[in-house]
Amino acid sequence: MTGIEYTMPVIWALLIGTAVALYIVLDGFDLGLGILFPYFRSESDRDQMMNSVAPFWDGNETWLVLGGGGLWVAFPQAYAVIMPALYLPVILMLLALIFRGVAFEFRWVAKPRHRKWDIAFAAGSTVAALSQGVILGGLIQGITVVDGQFAGGAFDWLTPFTLMCGLGVVAGYALLGATWLMMKTEGPVEVRARRFTPRLLALLMLFVGIVSLWTPLAIERIAERWFTMPNVFYLAPVPLATLLLAWVCWRGTLSGRTVQPFLAAVGIFMLAYAGLVISNAPWLVPPTLTIWDTAAYVGSQVFMLIGTTLLLPMVLGYTVFVFWIFRGKLKPGEGYH
Amino acid sequence: MDLAPDTLVLLSRIQFAFTVSFHIVFPAFTIGLSAFIATLLIAHLRTGREHYRTLARFWTKVFAVSFAMGVVSGIVLSYQFGTNWSRFSEITGNVIGPVIGYEVLTAFFLEATFLGIMLFGGDRVPKWLHAMAAVIVAFGTALSAFWILSANSWMQTPAGFEMRDGIAYPVSWFQIVFNPSFPYRFVHMLVAAYLTTSLVVLAVGARYLLAGRFVEEGRTMMRMGVGMLAVLAPLQLVIGDFHGLNTAEHQPAKVAAMEAHWDGSQPADLVLFAWPDAKAERNRFEVSIPKGASLIITHDPNGLFPGLKDFPAEDRPPVWPVFFSFRIMVAIGMLMIAIGFVGAWLWWRGRLFESRWFLRPVGYTWSFGFIAILAGWMVTEIGRQPWIVHGVLRTAQATSPVLTSTVAISLALFVFVYCVVFGVGVLYIRRLLQKGPTPTAHGPDQSLPSRPLAAAQQATREALASGGVS
Repeated sequence: MTGIEYTMPVIWALLIGTAVALYIVLDGFDLGLGILFPYFRSESDRDQMMNSVAPFWDGNETWLVLGGGGLWVAFPQAYAVIMPALYLPVILMLLALIFRGVAFEFRWVAKPRHRKWDIAFAAGSTVAALSQGVILGGLIQGITVVDGQFAGGAFDWLTPFTLMCGLGVVAGYALLGATWLMMKTEGPVEVRARRFTPRLLALLMLFVGIVSLWTPLAIERIAERWFTMPNVFYLAPVPLATLLLAWVCWRGTLSGRTVQPFLAAVGIFMLAYAGLVISNAPWLVPPTLTIWDTAAYVGSQVFMLIGTTLLLPMVLGYTVFVFWIFRGKLKPGEGYH
Repeated sequence: MDLAPDTLVLLSRIQFAFTVSFHIVFPAFTIGLSAFIATLLIAHLRTGREHYRTLARFWTKVFAVSFAMGVVSGIVLSYQFGTNWSRFSEITGNVIGPVIGYEVLTAFFLEATFLGIMLFGGDRVPKWLHAMAAVIVAFGTALSAFWILSANSWMQTPAGFEMRDGIAYPVSWFQIVFNPSFPYRFVHMLVAAYLTTSLVVLAVGARYLLAGRFVEEGRTMMRMGVGMLAVLAPLQLVIGDFHGLNTAEHQPAKVAAMEAHWDGSQPADLVLFAWPDAKAERNRFEVSIPKGASLIITHDPNGLFPGLKDFPAEDRPPVWPVFFSFRIMVAIGMLMIAIGFVGAWLWWRGRLFESRWFLRPVGYTWSFGFIAILAGWMVTEIGRQPWIVHGVLRTAQATSPVLTSTVAISLALFVFVYCVVFGVGVLYIRRLLQKGPTPTAHGPDQSLPSRPLAAAQQATREALASGGVS
């Protein structure tokens, strides 16, 4: 392998990894609001919650398109194996995202008979989060590949491990949503979100703990990576930092901070994500195909990288601009609608 | 490579056709609508006249609902290449992947992000910035069409690549993006989107005038709609002709199917109606103008172009869907030209807003543009069969290694969810249109969370009184 054929896939893996991380955080709090919707019963609370993300959700969801599209551009063979292997959870996620997405607009037009769109928003968000966790779990536990093609069954992805990953993501997104509400709303919604946060945090830590124990027990290659010398020393800071951030999030919530709990929750997600990357790199389709096995023709990767280098900073720039335009807390009854 | 079972290929094709057909309706509408709204906001900025702003606010609500449906149905497509057409994704990924990637990076983020300002920033940002956000969204939607039509056109007229070990490798990015059919298809589709929206705006305006509601807004809508149709509909005919000539050069089998032309050794008649019989390789019940098709395709009444029999049976597209879709599209195109012409003439005579014989039928044409777009896509996509990438990869070799039953389940789910969700969405758009552009002096509009029950009931009463928009 010559230099550029070695480095290009690495650069692309990092880029797609960043896009997925941004998606998890940005759409994570959107979906989190939907997951929390059933626990906020009054109409005005729900209006306020939805309004707090209304200007952003569409842009946030675009990172999912970049993640999927990017995978196709840079690693077409991985895309061609992963999508058929996880066919049903991917389709389920897409359908759930339809319900939650249209609910953002339909709910206002349907008023006063909008209850069904409240349900669509909550159920769509929850199922989408669950599917994303299952997809993640399905990828970690491994995909059957023969001759570079998916060769497993339609329900290979359905295991207790993947369901546990799914529930973990639901809990995590709910935490992101609750901390977002503390940061972006005032009044009863903020108070209630603050009450929920410690419980959600405990729940997330429980799931993170379970998945972290289960992964090395179930998957040998990951156990090997974690518990051999000197990896143990390099990896030990990850769980320690996670615990520290959990404490920061908890303290911030109890002491009435607005931004700190959200940032700490984002930090916990990023550490869990980093843990996954450390455990699985350089496999893109564990346990058979690496980023180099599945990489696109290097000329295609370079062509796309040139555009990405120019365009991604612009995208980030105007994304920040829009978040800045709609900065500050939203009062009850206030909306951009 | 072995062929996938016929049922799997068929179900995968139906699923893609179904999801993409539902999808295309919304972007086609929002491409035109965002440009319309941007124009209104700029007109308000320049003239200060309040009814432009009222109209912009009103159509923005319709736009928001349509755009949401376009977004969620579009995400499905970007994943379906992998879930259902993984062999296609793998074989063409080096070439088409970056084209789609550029669509996401240049267009999707642009539209999705500035949409927030366009929808919710009216009271938060200066007027000029609000208008600019609308312009950026309009530009983003058109740019999105640029890339996706480039990718589609490459599947019709692939260029700038070479095949090595069954995988496509890029040779010239310029030739890939600007492949032979792309400029024609892009302009044809963009104009179709603007025409479709213009006809909706015109039809809704005509209905308001007939009902005597929102007269000033209705007149502006009619003027803008008629103006666009009068200019763009004839232009579309010319563009369509160029596009057809390009297809005749690169995809002759498609053109033969469009014209139901079997025998290439004779000049082709212009078939007005027929039942193409693929088994007997001839037309039944044919009504035609002698040598008409030769005149159109070759611009010479005695000119020859290949007939279906010049291609082996396994390389021919299905004839009747292509043949009939093409006629539906052309008929609607002619109707649009007529509406534009009559409307412009009435406008010139100063009778546009009073001629009820014109307003009444025009009020029913709101859906025609969508039908024409769908028919046009049927022509070009079914006409490309049996190839997924013309001359390079057959559709039957492009599916995913998934079970037929799995695809059957997902197809059933898509049909159910799309019919429910998008059916309701269209009803909601209709409700917004019935309610009409109610002027708002300042501040948030009446779709606020706290909108009183009475207002909704009032809207329903008005809707019932006006007899519905369908």
